[in-house]
Amino acid sequence: MRYLPKSPADREAILKAIGARSIDDLFAPIPAEYRLNRDLKVPRQMAESEIVDWFRERSRENGDGYATFLGAGAYYHYRPVIIDSLISRGEFLTAYTPYQAEISQGTLQSIFEFQSMICELTGMEVANASMYDGSTAAVEAVMMAARLTGRRSVVTARSVHPEYREVLATYALHQGMPLAEAGFSSSGRVNLKELEQKITDQTACVLIQSPNFFGTIEDVAATAEIAHKHGAMLVVSIAEAVSLGIVEPPRQADIIAMEAQSFGVPLGFGGPYCGVIATREKNVRQMPGRLVGQTVDRNGKRGFVLTLATREQHIRREKATSNICTNQALIALMANIFMTIYGKVGLRELAKQNLAKAAYAAQQFGKHGQVLFSAAARFNEFVIQTSEDPYAINNRLLGHKIVGGFPLKKFYPELGNAALWCCTEMTSRSSIDTVAGLLAESERSVKSSKETDVEEVTR
Amino acid sequence: MKDMIRKATSHVNQNEGLIFEKSSPGKAAWKLPPLDVPDVDTAKLLGSAERKSLGHMPEVSEIEIIRHFTRLSTWNYAIDLGMYPLGSCTMKYNPRVNEVVSRLDGLANGHPYQPEKISQGALRIIKTLSECLIEITGMDAITLQPAAGAHGELTGLLLVRAYLQSRGHPRKKILIPDSAHGTNPATAATAGYAVEHLKSNAQGMVDIAALAAQMNEDVAALMLTNPNTLGVFEQEIAKIAEIMHAKGGLLYMDGANMNALVGKVRPGDFGDDVMHLNLHKTFSTPHGGGGPGSGPVAVKKMLEPFLPKPVLITKSDGTLGFDYNRPQSVGRVRAFYGNFGMFVRALAYTLANGPDGLRQTTEDAVLNANYIRKGLDGTYDLPYPTPSMHEVVFSDKLQAKKGVRTMDIAKRLIDYGFHPYTTAFPLIVPGALMIEPTESESKEEMDLFIGAMRSIAEEVEEDPEMVLAAPHTTRVSRLDEVAAARKPVLRWKPA
Repeated sequence: MRYLPKSPADREAILKAIGARSIDDLFAPIPAEYRLNRDLKVPRQMAESEIVDWFRERSRENGDGYATFLGAGAYYHYRPVIIDSLISRGEFLTAYTPYQAEISQGTLQSIFEFQSMICELTGMEVANASMYDGSTAAVEAVMMAARLTGRRSVVTARSVHPEYREVLATYALHQGMPLAEAGFSSSGRVNLKELEQKITDQTACVLIQSPNFFGTIEDVAATAEIAHKHGAMLVVSIAEAVSLGIVEPPRQADIIAMEAQSFGVPLGFGGPYCGVIATREKNVRQMPGRLVGQTVDRNGKRGFVLTLATREQHIRREKATSNICTNQALIALMANIFMTIYGKVGLRELAKQNLAKAAYAAQQFGKHGQVLFSAAARFNEFVIQTSEDPYAINNRLLGHKIVGGFPLKKFYPELGNAALWCCTEMTSRSSIDTVAGLLAESERSVKSSKETDVEEVTR
Repeated sequence: MKDMIRKATSHVNQNEGLIFEKSSPGKAAWKLPPLDVPDVDTAKLLGSAERKSLGHMPEVSEIEIIRHFTRLSTWNYAIDLGMYPLGSCTMKYNPRVNEVVSRLDGLANGHPYQPEKISQGALRIIKTLSECLIEITGMDAITLQPAAGAHGELTGLLLVRAYLQSRGHPRKKILIPDSAHGTNPATAATAGYAVEHLKSNAQGMVDIAALAAQMNEDVAALMLTNPNTLGVFEQEIAKIAEIMHAKGGLLYMDGANMNALVGKVRPGDFGDDVMHLNLHKTFSTPHGGGGPGSGPVAVKKMLEPFLPKPVLITKSDGTLGFDYNRPQSVGRVRAFYGNFGMFVRALAYTLANGPDGLRQTTEDAVLNANYIRKGLDGTYDLPYPTPSMHEVVFSDKLQAKKGVRTMDIAKRLIDYGFHPYTTAFPLIVPGALMIEPTESESKEEMDLFIGAMRSIAEEVEEDPEMVLAAPHTTRVSRLDEVAAARKPVLRWKPA
């Protein structure tokens, strides 16, 4: 086996040194009746070239070469090549959690820079070293709010990503946290009136997402005011991190739970991604996850360490703020490099291109369907209601090597034929125009079949 | 003792400030293509939601970014540089073909919501890996959704809870041995269970009498790491399973130490009902400075209906797809389907090994731990003489007489060119030195390690002050962690 650095002679020498007759001696603690005396039924050992071929075949079967209009919590942005050049360095790739600070300063300083940039972008005072993803970060933020307020229940906007809400439901059930939901208004934003009605004196927090699942930017200030009036916290989830380049961050929030996938992390069929939690300094001791802090060594030289570990499971065990241990350090490093590349000016320009592409697409598609929720501002996603079933439209688009928008009926049956479309800097005008053409055809064919129906009825 | 340091030598490395300290207006590392749609009036589109300033985000050029992160990287120790014997972390070689195949366009750019008919490649990978892991664990079904080991633990306990609930009552408590990893009790609390600790016996194993006495109808499950954190196989595992099952409880296995078992014994065969795996430990996906992990959960048949949704199925037309209609499911534990990129890597590792390679890997891992044990027994105190599997735990009892503790020895090991072992864990060994070499170490590297550890033991006798002041060769000396926690500085701010 090519990964194993021992010759048969080495193995013999080691067995001899240990004083064992054979390798079986070392497995003697396992009761004989359970020992596996056959080969595992897994594929035979493959050469590297065979492995590459096998996965190339799988890659070809997996939408390789399609343009996509899908967003909905996972975004296709350009990944500058130096991200992979740098994260492929073995010193980053093959290190573990920086418990031994003296030989982990590279990882520690980069996490410190990540935390700092997340603070700059979110307008918060502290950010952690990362969480699993946006969905679990949102849930951990909610549980954090419950600890901070001493209250148990949560009011969630239905305009929060449906899968995030499903994850929250899973966790909340066993935490004894009652959940209530508030619907959305005709602007696509959370219905503030309904939200306020759902808040009780036991509400720990209100959870919204902005831009929300429909791409609409929520009125964070108004939502915060309502939550705070009732002694609840406001948790804001951000699924499309690039929005922070041009959309005012939810500064009125008490806790922000982010998905940083848009910052240079491949779509990768849903993961690994990079969650992160940011908040006010006063809340830091209830924050889950690892944190890096600045300090000095014995000679007064600046250095970085994991800090405030007394919140964490390896110290506090069942009284910890969370059971999280491993986070997403390498993915956070991707995000860190991405933020560094685009920086203060580039991130805004990038966000502006997203805004412009989505605005153009919404305008073109809107000629052959109805743009929903148009009363409120949005970033790079929008909802189009068509006469025809969006699954049927998407099927035809596949023939043009285009993946269409996300049909919303799966999560919002009341929205009928509405679909959520996303444009990023990667979306070309020609693919937008191709889709617009197909939407026009779809509109015509539905209209003519209706006319035929009418004629038939009259006859 | 300096002539004893054979593995490492000092070399120049570069100083590097924070990226913010290199920033100045007008520098850029980005370039966007010309906009091919009409430009927009951002104020008109966004109104009051428009952001006015990006604060102190950096402005730097590409070469500065390359040098910045390359310099930072040289301050890290890594598996690629040498032995990284962190006990219970399984720091094995991370094969590079894994990285190549996970970056193939169709896999790296696949959107989780793209139609199933153009996702067959990804779904085939999930199915093939699932089948391999089911066979390796001897279980009946699996979910790959959990994002890390602790997330897998939580998923596993939610399954236990849902199953027991379906039979009438979810019960109240989880039994956890005092040797367990901290995530176990933290997970039990997150799953809404009370934690009851179980004392180990003199051999470092589960005390069967204590278990029998503590097991009752209030206990939902025992969370057992096997081999446990001492690297000891629980020889009475059949009895343990029997005690749990007799009172209607379940046996949860923390698979953190599966690297000792693959191809040699299957948890499903010895009575385990539910377990998680760590793809970033046993299956070689890179630790990446602390993640991403991936924590699949394998279960026996009776727990299958409760698995997180969606569940992968083969449809009537032979294609693969997701089934969301799972009325008994515990729900979702994460958006989408889990850390797919890690599935690709773990499967590439499994294919590179095959059945013979997986078995040889396990044998070498156990062989290596026993070689280290033999080489250091006597030099360091071995609190539990029970046979070791893939890791060995010493204590600093002999060195503590000179005032030198496990963390000090660990810091001195850095000067010898090694990453330290795990310190001060498991909690049942005061001053623990927990050493897991994995299969990835050659005899030469282990001889260097044993030589270094023996040399440090001599240094402790001759010059304990020198050991207490270690490390002596790193960029920074020991850092003031107390000050860091007392007055936390968690972000850069402009001066």
